[in-house]
Amino acid sequence: MAKTSARDRMSNEINAGSMADIAFLLLIFFLVTTTIAEDKGITVKLPPWSEEEPDITRLKTRNVFSVLVNAQDQLLVRGQIMDVDRLREEAKLFIANPYNRPDMAEKPTKAIISLKNDRGTSYKAYLEVYNELKAAYSELWDELSQRKYGIPYSEDMPFAYKQTIRNEIPFVLSEAEPTAFGEE
Amino acid sequence: MSKFTKKRGKTSPAISTASLPDIIFMLLFFFMVVTVLRDAELKVKVSTPYATELTKLEEKSLVNYLYIGRPLQKYQALYGTKPRMQLGDKFANIQDIPLFLERHKVKVPESRHGQITSSLRVDGEVTMGIVQDVKTQLRKSGQLKVNYSAKKDPNKSKI
Repeated sequence: MAKTSARDRMSNEINAGSMADIAFLLLIFFLVTTTIAEDKGITVKLPPWSEEEPDITRLKTRNVFSVLVNAQDQLLVRGQIMDVDRLREEAKLFIANPYNRPDMAEKPTKAIISLKNDRGTSYKAYLEVYNELKAAYSELWDELSQRKYGIPYSEDMPFAYKQTIRNEIPFVLSEAEPTAFGEE
Repeated sequence: MSKFTKKRGKTSPAISTASLPDIIFMLLFFFMVVTVLRDAELKVKVSTPYATELTKLEEKSLVNYLYIGRPLQKYQALYGTKPRMQLGDKFANIQDIPLFLERHKVKVPESRHGQITSSLRVDGEVTMGIVQDVKTQLRKSGQLKVNYSAKKDPNKSKI
C-alpha cells in the first residue's frame, strides 16, 4: 500500500527526459557560435636596434631588389613602376635567376630584397607587398623542396631538410628607414 | 500489488538517464568557461588586412597584443581621429611600450623569454608612420619577434 502511494507522487513529477535534449541544444549552439579566436599573421624577425644606418652601398646593384612604396601606395621596383600582382613573379625571377641574366642575383644566397616605404603608406599596402615578397620565397622553397625531396615545403618537415633549403635560399629582407613625405 | 510485481518481472531494468542532463550541463559549462571571447575590449577600430603567408601563433601566454587603429566613434571626442595605439585595455603612447612588454615578461618563465611574440593587430587603413614608430620602439626594447596579424584571404589560396 505504501508503494502505490509513492507511485502516485512519481506520476506527478515533470518528465526530465527531455532535459538532456535541451542541454544538448545549448551545447551545440555554444560549440557552433564560439569561434576560438584564431591568431594568424605574418611572423617577422626585426633586426636589432643599432644607432648607425647599415651601409648598403657596398652591395652590387645586381644583387639588390629594391622595392619602394610611396604614400599613394604605388610601387617602384628596381626603378620601374610595377603592379603589386606582378611583384611575386618578378621577385622569384630575380632571386632564382634561371637564365643567368647579368642584372639579376648572382646566387639566391646573395640576393637581397630592400623594402622601403613612406610614413604615409597605408598598412594594407605595406602588408600586401610584404606578403608577396614572402610568398615569392615560400614558392621558391617549395619548388626546391619538391625537386630535392619530393615533398612540399612545410613547417613540419624534417629540420635538416628545412635547414638545407633555408641555407640554399635564405630569406633576406632589409627594411630601410621610411621617408616622410606623405605623413597625414 | 500483483500488477506491480508482474511488470517488474517482465521488463529488464532500463539504464537511468536521469544524470544525462547533468553530464551535458557539465560539458556546456566547461565550454562556456573555456572559450574566451576577447581578453580586452577594443577601443580602436581594427580590421586586419588579408594575407596568404600566415603562421599561427601557438601559445597564447607567450603573446602580447598591440592594437593600432583609429579610436572608435565614442572615444573620438576625447582622443581624436588620428590612429592611436591601445595596450591592454587603454590608449597608450609609444613610450609606454617598454613597460607594457616588461609587465608581460614577468608573467612568463625566464627560460621562455626568447619565445615571446608581439602581435601587432593593425587596421588596414592606418598609415605606416605610427606602425614604424611602434616597430622602432620594439626594436629598441629588444622585442624582435613580431607577428603582423592578418586574416586568411578567402579568394587566394596559398601557393
